[in-house]
Amino acid sequence: MNNDYIVSLIQQNRRIDERKLDEHREIKIEYNISKNAEGSARCKIGETEVLVGVKMDIGEPYPDNPDQGTIIVTAELSPIASPLFELGPPGTQATELARIVDRGIRESKAIDFKKLFIKEDKVWIIFIDIYPVNDDGNLIDASVLAALAALKIAKFPKIKDDKVVYGEFSNEKLKLTKLPINFTFGKIANKIILDPNSKEEDALDARLSISVNEGNIYAMQKGGDTGLILEEIEKMIDIAIKKEKEIRGLLK
Amino acid sequence: MGKLLVKEREIVIPGQELAEGLDYLPGQGTFREDNKIIANYLGLLSTNERFIKVIPLTGRYIPKVNDLVIGKVVEIGFYGWSIDIGSAYNAMLSIRDAAEFIERDDDLTKYYDYGDLVVAKINKVTRSKSIDLTTKGPGLKKLDGGKIIDVTPSKVPRMIGKQGSMIQLIKEKTGCNIIIGQNGRVWIKGESTEKEILASNAIIKIEQESHTEGLTDKIKKMLEKK
Amino acid sequence: MSYEKRFSGRKFDEMREIEAKVGIIKRADGSALFRIGDTIAIAAVYGPRELHPRFLQNPETGILRCNYDMISFSVPERKRPGPSRRQVEISLVTEKALLPVVDLKQFQNSVIDVFIQIIQANSGTRCAGITAASLALAHAGIPMRDMVSSVSVGKVGNKILIDLDKDEEDHEDATDIPMAITNRGKQITLLQLDGNITKKDFIEALKLGMGGCEKIAKVQEKALKDYYRSKNE
Repeated sequence: MNNDYIVSLIQQNRRIDERKLDEHREIKIEYNISKNAEGSARCKIGETEVLVGVKMDIGEPYPDNPDQGTIIVTAELSPIASPLFELGPPGTQATELARIVDRGIRESKAIDFKKLFIKEDKVWIIFIDIYPVNDDGNLIDASVLAALAALKIAKFPKIKDDKVVYGEFSNEKLKLTKLPINFTFGKIANKIILDPNSKEEDALDARLSISVNEGNIYAMQKGGDTGLILEEIEKMIDIAIKKEKEIRGLLK
Repeated sequence: MGKLLVKEREIVIPGQELAEGLDYLPGQGTFREDNKIIANYLGLLSTNERFIKVIPLTGRYIPKVNDLVIGKVVEIGFYGWSIDIGSAYNAMLSIRDAAEFIERDDDLTKYYDYGDLVVAKINKVTRSKSIDLTTKGPGLKKLDGGKIIDVTPSKVPRMIGKQGSMIQLIKEKTGCNIIIGQNGRVWIKGESTEKEILASNAIIKIEQESHTEGLTDKIKKMLEKK
Repeated sequence: MSYEKRFSGRKFDEMREIEAKVGIIKRADGSALFRIGDTIAIAAVYGPRELHPRFLQNPETGILRCNYDMISFSVPERKRPGPSRRQVEISLVTEKALLPVVDLKQFQNSVIDVFIQIIQANSGTRCAGITAASLALAHAGIPMRDMVSSVSVGKVGNKILIDLDKDEEDHEDATDIPMAITNRGKQITLLQLDGNITKKDFIEALKLGMGGCEKIAKVQEKALKDYYRSKNE
């Protein structure tokens, strides 16, 4: 409840839940949590819980990429997950969350869009829908992990007469080329913390999300009202690259 | 002529029949329907002679006159301060109810500023559920430093203990200053972070196990181990 | 038309497997999950809390506000996010199903918000939502006079049955009757019907539903009590 206490703890290199500054909360991933999806997963980071479902449909390709399918990422911040969320169309927070998750997958080419081509004027559209169920901070990293897990097990549905037959699956998996992991950092009292919980989020001066795969950086997003200096950003990149293998291991 | 259908300290659910017959009387957390007494909440059954009570295990704070509460200043107007005490309703500390003597045109932030924590007492709860607070009185003041934990308001009596025995135990063993608001906010200030964490953990343990037996001994053991 | 054996192989008076859990959403004041067969509903309760916009505030009593929503991937064909007319109607009947048991008089000018999300749908979703909501309200410490349980009953072909699944609900000769009753008082707080049925068959279906709701009520009771028993270690 009081930010001053959180700040005074961090100044002593401590956190309210007794983690190290560069330590994640416990991460749990569960696959196939909703049968009607082509792929689905739940990711819990501490008490933060996000559900992601993958639905596939046949659509027309974009005119500048006639031989490629695409992904459409949507996030819905239902008031079920937090007293601070309101009913209504996606606001700025939901839109930013969806776009950050999209960027990590798109820029890393984790999905080969060319493999989504069916025939002329017909491509697969992959819908990735993000639903936080409990917001205890760091929805971004939980959403990315749940999305990767859902995509990892996703199977193409059968097609008959150019139409999708939902509920009947082909044996073909979506197949990801890589698993780019997202790391969200906060800056409080000039110190860098990894995986801020909701109380720490309220006390943050700045926030940076970084998407990495084997040392390559695919996406970044800075949030918060205060600036970051180069040394701080370098430190965050180093931590992300150091930990990515460990977190990726949770997806196996 | 009457029959008790449940045991002392049993967990009951809303709508559950607790007693039959007119011998028993419906206390807090229960109501009478025909000749039966029914539970109104998910809670712990407690009997006191002929009265049957259900103490809710959960629930937000419902403000009552004379309650000691810990709140945060969220708005300052010409009238005084608007204080968030964690209930559905606005709590107001008006200038004339503040402990300090405040002159006309004085800058109110000098006394309680945005984000300040105060210990106050509820003076009045109006029909439309507006709450009037006061800081005039012993122990009522602005809080300096320390940490706040949120607990379920219905567990506060257990944290205070019979005649304050539980909170005394924690204060002694950790050397911390502790103030418990009836609105489920607990303020802890100690000489070191370790002591504050120890006191917090004791409070959290009471919150999670308030419905169990032998809690005082468990807390004592926990505090003596460190 | 004769319906000799249920598509799922169940008996006509047999519900699918049911499961209830409480306290699944930590940020909410109360929360619960209820599953019946492949239908999974979660509910969260926030309140009593300040009601905005202020013109909705009622100085005489608190307000119960229910919102029913389905996750886009809960159904085979992706449901576009956002409220549909069906959702608006279900939110309304859900509120009416719960109002008779909730004591709102002491919460003047404030609101108790109930949010229901369907995670996976195979018919009976509004019933699962109401059952989960009743659990979440109790878990939130809202004063209630009774618990509410809900299930669907109906007729397929010439058979009266309980807990229609999607194949049965979609059948051309089906009558679907979602219902909810209060546990102790046995009052019916949700009742909808679409199809074609005689009075005799309707009464039989209703009685079948009341038996099913009793079973659900026992599972609800266990879920609420187990939540605290498990902390007794």
